[in-house]
Amino acid sequence: MTTGIGGTVPIVSETDLGRAGTPGIVLVSHSREVAESVARLAGALAGGAGDVRVVPAGGDPAGGVGTDAELIAAAARRADSGAGVAILVDLGSAVLTVRALVAEGGDDGDEGLPPGARMLDAPFLEGAVAAVVAAAGGADLEGVAGAAEEARDYRKR
Amino acid sequence: MEPGTDRDEGTEPTLDADFFIRWLDAAAAAVARDADRLTELDAAIGDADHGSNLNRGFAAVTRRLTEKPPNAPGAVLTGAGRTLISSVGGASGPLYGTLLRRAGKELGDAPRVSRVQLAEALRSGVGAVAELGGAGGGDKTMLDALQPAVEGLTRSFGAAATAAEEGALATVPLRARRGRAAYLGDRSIGHQDPGAASSALLIGALADTATRAADDDGHRGNGADRV
Repeated sequence: MTTGIGGTVPIVSETDLGRAGTPGIVLVSHSREVAESVARLAGALAGGAGDVRVVPAGGDPAGGVGTDAELIAAAARRADSGAGVAILVDLGSAVLTVRALVAEGGDDGDEGLPPGARMLDAPFLEGAVAAVVAAAGGADLEGVAGAAEEARDYRKR
Repeated sequence: MEPGTDRDEGTEPTLDADFFIRWLDAAAAAVARDADRLTELDAAIGDADHGSNLNRGFAAVTRRLTEKPPNAPGAVLTGAGRTLISSVGGASGPLYGTLLRRAGKELGDAPRVSRVQLAEALRSGVGAVAELGGAGGGDKTMLDALQPAVEGLTRSFGAAATAAEEGALATVPLRARRGRAAYLGDRSIGHQDPGAASSALLIGALADTATRAADDDGHRGNGADRV
């Protein structure tokens, strides 16, 4: 609801930090504003995100347009409550950065992605909405990924 | 004989951790020197940040290597790769980071490696870059400099540098098929790919470092410690 640490905006409270079982969702955009707005929109369209942690990770550290691996990894660790993390990305370096982070696996210990983090092959906005709706409805990581990736196939005309 | 293959025929330098640190320091200096040129190339077909992004990344690599110098070639490359991924902020970060990390992992923890071992490790790294970016040779990317450079390195350091430079220049008439430049279609033709240009800098720094190291080894006796 308010701007959190590191420029991220949790759209739900992180009060029940001990609760495992809900996949987290990270939204990676070149723009901080885009990531934060899509997080809010997805939460609104899901009718509230319930227990789902949706963490935006957009822009470069200076607030400009870009991709920041450390911000992304930190967002994924915050989104993680033990049930995996679904990462949605917009384009270009956001895709490559998350792919590279995933490829590093657990090599980076406390600095990398948490175990069970995966990048979804989904359109950023539509996938984010589908992922938040699915997660709020009780889906596991597999279900969240399936819902988001199905959004690729939705034809608009 | 092909032209340009004899830049460093003679003594092979000792490729230990110190050599790799000097290589990356030289690469950082070359990127800093040519940052404006790289950004100008990127302004033509990209988003005009390649020079500044890479300069920031390699400066971070230099800082890291100075603060905590690793004691094996593989560790130098994996650490540098990780630093590039986390500090560049553009597509070149994960791409160069993956190149160096994969090559470093291939080298393992051997205290010294041969030029041919380095070539094979970089070949793995280049393969990982191709996989990460979904690109191949002729797509007007850094691969157009790196793939011939790896082949050249199996012969000599000088051949690697020459092949990388020629590969970078050969991207000028190509049509971009990956990255932001691909959106430009035919308008990407006639411009050198900035990633290929920076790759040529990286390989050129390797050859220069090898030439200097071979000279030093020759003066001091092979394997002498750096002062």
